[in-house]
Amino acid sequence: MLGPSVAWYLALAAFLFTVGALGVLLRRNPLIILLSLELMLNAANLTLIAFARQHGSLDGQIFALAVMAVAASEVVVGLGLVVAMARRNVALDTDRLTTLRG
Amino acid sequence: MTLVIAASASDVLVWIVWAVAGAACLLSAVAVVSFADPFYSALALIGNLASLAVLYLLLSAEFVAAAQVLIYAGAIVVMFLFVIAYIGGRADAPWAGTPSVQTWAAIAAAAAILVEVLVVIGIQAGGGELTTEADISGAFGGPAGIGELFLTDHLLAFEITSIVLLVAAVGGVILGSHARRFDEERER
Repeated sequence: MLGPSVAWYLALAAFLFTVGALGVLLRRNPLIILLSLELMLNAANLTLIAFARQHGSLDGQIFALAVMAVAASEVVVGLGLVVAMARRNVALDTDRLTTLRG
Repeated sequence: MTLVIAASASDVLVWIVWAVAGAACLLSAVAVVSFADPFYSALALIGNLASLAVLYLLLSAEFVAAAQVLIYAGAIVVMFLFVIAYIGGRADAPWAGTPSVQTWAAIAAAAAILVEVLVVIGIQAGGGELTTEADISGAFGGPAGIGELFLTDHLLAFEITSIVLLVAAVGGVILGSHARRFDEERER
Protein backbone atom coordinates (compact mmCIF):
# COMPACT_ATOMS: atom_id res chain seq x y z
CA MET A 1 0.00 0.00 0.00
CA LEU A 2 1.29 3.42 -0.90
CA GLY A 3 1.75 6.01 1.78
CA PRO A 4 1.21 5.48 5.50
CA SER A 5 0.45 2.03 6.84
CA VAL A 6 -2.83 1.16 8.55
CA ALA A 7 -1.34 1.99 11.97
CA TRP A 8 -1.19 5.69 11.03
CA TYR A 9 -4.87 5.74 10.11
CA LEU A 10 -5.69 4.01 13.40
CA ALA A 11 -3.68 6.58 15.36
CA LEU A 12 -5.51 9.40 13.56
CA ALA A 13 -8.82 7.73 14.39
CA ALA A 14 -7.76 7.50 18.05
CA PHE A 15 -7.12 11.25 18.12
CA LEU A 16 -10.43 11.94 16.38
CA PHE A 17 -12.28 9.74 18.87
CA THR A 18 -10.61 11.55 21.78
CA VAL A 19 -11.66 14.96 20.44
CA GLY A 20 -15.23 13.69 20.04
CA ALA A 21 -15.21 12.20 23.55
CA LEU A 22 -13.97 15.50 24.95
CA GLY A 23 -16.82 17.27 23.18
CA VAL A 24 -19.39 14.91 24.67
CA LEU A 25 -17.87 15.22 28.15
CA LEU A 26 -17.18 18.96 28.23
CA ARG A 27 -19.98 20.60 26.24
CA ARG A 28 -23.46 21.13 27.66
CA ASN A 29 -25.37 22.08 24.50
CA PRO A 30 -27.14 18.91 23.31
CA LEU A 31 -26.66 19.93 19.66
CA ILE A 32 -22.89 20.04 20.11
CA ILE A 33 -22.99 16.77 22.02
CA LEU A 34 -24.75 15.17 19.03
CA LEU A 35 -22.14 16.63 16.66
CA SER A 36 -19.35 15.28 18.87
CA LEU A 37 -21.04 11.88 18.81
CA GLU A 38 -20.81 12.05 15.02
CA LEU A 39 -17.06 12.63 15.39
CA MET A 40 -16.75 9.52 17.54
CA LEU A 41 -18.80 7.44 15.08
CA ASN A 42 -16.62 8.70 12.25
CA ALA A 43 -13.48 7.70 14.13
CA ALA A 44 -14.93 4.20 14.51
CA ASN A 45 -15.76 4.21 10.79
CA LEU A 46 -12.17 5.14 9.94
CA THR A 47 -10.82 2.20 11.94
CA LEU A 48 -13.33 -0.15 10.30
CA ILE A 49 -12.30 0.98 6.83
CA ALA A 50 -8.59 0.87 7.71
CA PHE A 51 -8.93 -2.73 8.91
CA ALA A 52 -11.02 -3.60 5.85
CA ARG A 53 -8.09 -2.38 3.73
CA GLN A 54 -5.57 -4.29 5.81
CA HIS A 55 -7.42 -7.59 5.60
CA GLY A 56 -8.51 -7.05 2.00
CA SER A 57 -12.11 -7.79 3.02
CA LEU A 58 -15.16 -5.66 2.24
CA ASP A 59 -16.96 -6.65 5.47
CA GLY A 60 -15.50 -3.66 7.33
CA GLN A 61 -16.84 -1.27 4.70
CA ILE A 62 -20.29 -2.89 4.96
CA PHE A 63 -20.09 -2.34 8.72
CA ALA A 64 -19.13 1.30 8.17
CA LEU A 65 -22.18 1.82 5.93
CA ALA A 66 -24.40 0.25 8.61
CA VAL A 67 -22.85 2.64 11.17
CA MET A 68 -23.79 5.55 8.87
CA ALA A 69 -27.41 4.39 8.79
CA VAL A 70 -27.44 4.06 12.57
CA ALA A 71 -25.89 7.52 12.89
CA ALA A 72 -28.65 8.95 10.69
CA SER A 73 -31.32 7.30 12.88
CA GLU A 74 -29.63 8.53 16.04
CA VAL A 75 -29.53 12.09 14.71
CA VAL A 76 -33.24 11.98 13.76
CA VAL A 77 -34.22 10.93 17.28
CA GLY A 78 -31.70 13.23 18.96
CA LEU A 79 -32.74 16.27 16.96
CA GLY A 80 -36.40 15.37 17.56
CA LEU A 81 -35.68 15.56 21.29
CA VAL A 82 -33.85 18.87 20.86
CA VAL A 83 -36.80 20.32 18.91
CA ALA A 84 -39.23 19.07 21.58
CA MET A 85 -37.06 20.69 24.26
CA ALA A 86 -36.92 23.98 22.36
CA ARG A 87 -40.72 24.00 21.91
CA ARG A 88 -41.23 23.56 25.63
CA ASN A 89 -38.80 26.45 26.23
CA VAL A 90 -36.49 24.16 28.17
CA ALA A 91 -32.94 25.47 28.36
CA LEU A 92 -30.65 23.63 25.93
CA ASP A 93 -28.22 22.74 28.69
CA THR A 94 -27.72 19.14 29.75
CA ASP A 95 -26.68 20.24 33.24
CA ARG A 96 -30.08 21.86 33.80
CA LEU A 97 -32.12 18.95 32.42
CA THR A 98 -32.62 17.37 35.81
CA THR A 99 -36.38 16.74 35.75
CA LEU A 100 -35.99 13.01 35.18
CA ARG A 101 -33.21 12.60 37.71
CA GLY A 102 -34.00 9.74 40.09
CA MET B 1 15.00 2.20 -11.94
CA THR B 2 12.48 4.73 -13.22
CA LEU B 3 9.73 2.44 -11.94
CA VAL B 4 11.21 2.56 -8.42
CA ILE B 5 11.47 6.34 -8.52
CA ALA B 6 7.90 6.64 -9.78
CA ALA B 7 6.67 4.35 -7.02
CA SER B 8 8.45 6.33 -4.31
CA ALA B 9 7.24 9.63 -5.76
CA SER B 10 3.60 8.52 -5.60
CA ASP B 11 4.34 7.17 -2.13
CA VAL B 12 5.43 10.62 -1.02
CA LEU B 13 2.37 12.11 -2.70
CA VAL B 14 0.04 9.77 -0.77
CA TRP B 15 1.87 10.66 2.45
CA ILE B 16 1.31 14.36 1.74
CA VAL B 17 -2.38 13.82 0.97
CA TRP B 18 -2.71 11.77 4.14
CA ALA B 19 -1.00 14.44 6.25
CA VAL B 20 -3.11 17.28 4.84
CA ALA B 21 -6.38 15.35 5.14
CA GLY B 22 -5.47 14.15 8.63
CA ALA B 23 -4.56 17.64 9.81
CA ALA B 24 -7.78 19.06 8.31
CA CYS B 25 -9.72 16.24 9.95
CA LEU B 26 -8.29 16.91 13.43
CA LEU B 27 -8.46 20.71 13.15
CA SER B 28 -12.09 20.67 12.03
CA ALA B 29 -12.90 18.18 14.81
CA VAL B 30 -11.40 20.58 17.36
CA ALA B 31 -13.42 23.37 15.74
CA VAL B 32 -16.64 21.32 16.05
CA VAL B 33 -16.02 20.85 19.75
CA SER B 34 -14.82 24.36 20.57
CA PHE B 35 -17.18 26.69 18.67
CA ALA B 36 -19.71 28.33 20.98
CA ASP B 37 -22.37 28.58 18.25
CA PRO B 38 -23.74 25.17 17.13
CA PHE B 39 -24.26 26.56 13.62
CA TYR B 40 -20.50 27.00 13.16
CA SER B 41 -19.90 23.59 14.73
CA ALA B 42 -22.19 21.96 12.16
CA LEU B 43 -20.37 23.79 9.36
CA ALA B 44 -17.01 22.62 10.75
CA LEU B 45 -18.35 19.05 10.73
CA ILE B 46 -18.69 19.32 6.93
CA GLY B 47 -14.93 19.93 6.70
CA ASN B 48 -14.32 16.97 8.97
CA LEU B 49 -16.51 14.71 6.82
CA ALA B 50 -14.87 15.86 3.59
CA SER B 51 -11.35 15.20 4.89
CA LEU B 52 -12.48 11.80 6.16
CA ALA B 53 -13.84 11.03 2.69
CA VAL B 54 -10.35 11.75 1.31
CA LEU B 55 -8.87 9.32 3.85
CA TYR B 56 -11.45 6.70 2.82
CA LEU B 57 -10.36 7.15 -0.80
CA LEU B 58 -6.74 6.55 0.24
CA LEU B 59 -7.92 3.31 1.86
CA SER B 60 -9.61 2.18 -1.40
CA ALA B 61 -13.11 2.67 0.00
CA GLU B 62 -14.54 4.60 -2.93
CA PHE B 63 -18.20 3.73 -2.37
CA VAL B 64 -18.04 4.51 1.36
CA ALA B 65 -16.36 7.84 0.58
CA ALA B 66 -19.19 8.75 -1.79
CA ALA B 67 -21.82 7.56 0.68
CA GLN B 68 -20.07 9.56 3.40
CA VAL B 69 -20.47 12.79 1.45
CA LEU B 70 -24.04 11.97 0.38
CA ILE B 71 -25.41 10.73 3.71
CA TYR B 72 -23.41 12.76 6.20
CA ALA B 73 -22.76 16.07 4.47
CA GLY B 74 -25.86 15.87 2.29
CA ALA B 75 -28.43 14.63 4.79
CA ILE B 76 -27.27 14.61 8.41
CA VAL B 77 -25.49 17.97 8.49
CA VAL B 78 -28.30 19.62 6.51
CA MET B 79 -30.78 18.30 9.07
CA PHE B 80 -28.59 19.70 11.85
CA LEU B 81 -28.54 23.08 10.11
CA PHE B 82 -32.34 23.03 9.65
CA VAL B 83 -32.89 22.28 13.33
CA ILE B 84 -30.39 24.92 14.45
CA ALA B 85 -32.05 27.47 12.17
CA TYR B 86 -35.48 26.41 13.47
CA ILE B 87 -34.75 26.68 17.16
CA GLY B 88 -32.59 29.76 16.68
CA GLY B 89 -28.93 30.32 17.37
CA ARG B 90 -28.27 29.80 21.04
CA ALA B 91 -24.57 30.25 21.59
CA ASP B 92 -23.52 29.46 25.12
CA ALA B 93 -20.25 30.38 26.77
CA PRO B 94 -18.63 26.96 26.94
CA TRP B 95 -15.17 28.04 27.97
CA ALA B 96 -16.10 30.78 30.45
CA GLY B 97 -14.89 30.66 34.02
CA THR B 98 -12.21 28.53 35.57
CA PRO B 99 -12.26 24.81 34.69
CA SER B 100 -14.02 22.71 37.31
CA VAL B 101 -12.90 19.38 38.74
CA GLN B 102 -15.34 17.73 36.33
CA THR B 103 -13.57 19.39 33.39
CA TRP B 104 -10.18 18.10 34.47
CA ALA B 105 -11.64 14.62 35.12
CA ALA B 106 -13.15 14.61 31.61
CA ILE B 107 -9.82 15.63 30.06
CA ALA B 108 -8.01 12.95 32.08
CA ALA B 109 -10.52 10.29 30.99
CA ALA B 110 -10.24 11.26 27.32
CA ALA B 111 -6.44 11.34 27.56
CA ALA B 112 -6.51 7.89 29.19
CA ILE B 113 -8.53 6.50 26.25
CA LEU B 114 -6.10 8.10 23.80
CA VAL B 115 -2.97 6.77 25.52
CA GLU B 116 -4.52 3.32 25.88
CA VAL B 117 -5.41 3.05 22.20
CA LEU B 118 -2.10 4.53 21.02
CA VAL B 119 -0.11 2.08 23.17
CA VAL B 120 -2.04 -0.87 21.73
CA ILE B 121 -1.55 0.42 18.18
CA GLY B 122 2.16 0.96 18.88
CA ILE B 123 2.59 -2.56 20.24
CA GLN B 124 0.74 -4.09 17.31
CA ALA B 125 2.62 -1.99 14.75
CA GLY B 126 5.93 -2.78 16.45
CA GLY B 127 5.10 -6.48 16.20
CA GLY B 128 4.54 -6.06 12.46
CA GLU B 129 0.78 -6.74 12.73
CA LEU B 130 -0.39 -3.48 11.15
CA THR B 131 2.35 -2.82 8.63
CA THR B 132 1.45 -5.47 6.07
CA GLU B 133 -1.70 -5.16 3.98
CA ALA B 134 -3.53 -7.71 1.89
CA ASP B 135 -3.24 -7.37 -1.87
CA ILE B 136 -6.45 -6.05 -3.35
CA SER B 137 -7.80 -5.75 -6.86
CA GLY B 138 -8.81 -2.47 -8.46
CA ALA B 139 -12.48 -3.29 -7.88
CA PHE B 140 -12.02 -3.33 -4.10
CA GLY B 141 -14.42 -0.92 -2.43
CA GLY B 142 -16.50 -0.33 -5.54
CA PRO B 143 -20.30 -0.36 -5.53
CA ALA B 144 -20.50 -3.75 -7.27
CA GLY B 145 -18.68 -5.63 -4.51
CA ILE B 146 -20.50 -3.77 -1.73
CA GLY B 147 -23.90 -4.30 -3.33
CA GLU B 148 -23.26 -7.99 -3.84
CA LEU B 149 -22.22 -8.44 -0.20
CA PHE B 150 -25.29 -6.51 1.00
CA LEU B 151 -27.58 -8.84 -0.94
CA THR B 152 -25.79 -12.07 -0.02
CA ASP B 153 -23.72 -12.30 3.17
CA HIS B 154 -25.14 -9.23 4.91
CA LEU B 155 -28.76 -9.38 3.76
CA LEU B 156 -30.08 -9.49 7.35
CA ALA B 157 -28.07 -6.40 8.35
CA PHE B 158 -29.36 -4.64 5.23
CA GLU B 159 -33.00 -5.39 6.05
CA ILE B 160 -32.62 -4.54 9.74
CA THR B 161 -31.05 -1.22 8.74
CA SER B 162 -34.17 -0.35 6.76
CA ILE B 163 -36.36 -1.13 9.79
CA VAL B 164 -34.10 0.94 12.07
CA LEU B 165 -34.39 3.90 9.69
CA LEU B 166 -38.19 3.51 9.51
CA VAL B 167 -38.50 3.38 13.31
CA ALA B 168 -36.25 6.44 13.63
CA ALA B 169 -38.35 8.38 11.09
CA VAL B 170 -41.57 7.47 12.93
CA GLY B 171 -39.93 8.40 16.23
CA GLY B 172 -38.87 11.78 14.87
CA VAL B 173 -42.41 12.52 13.69
CA ILE B 174 -43.91 11.46 17.03
CA LEU B 175 -41.47 13.60 19.02
CA GLY B 176 -42.35 16.61 16.86
CA SER B 177 -46.13 16.21 16.86
CA HIS B 178 -46.29 15.54 20.59
CA ALA B 179 -44.66 18.90 21.27
CA ARG B 180 -47.33 20.66 19.17
CA ARG B 181 -50.13 19.13 21.26
CA PHE B 182 -48.32 20.34 24.37
CA ASP B 183 -48.28 23.88 23.00
CA GLU B 184 -52.02 23.82 22.34
CA GLU B 185 -52.75 22.60 25.85
CA ARG B 186 -50.64 25.35 27.29
CA GLU B 187 -52.38 28.04 25.25
CA ARG B 188 -55.80 27.01 26.53
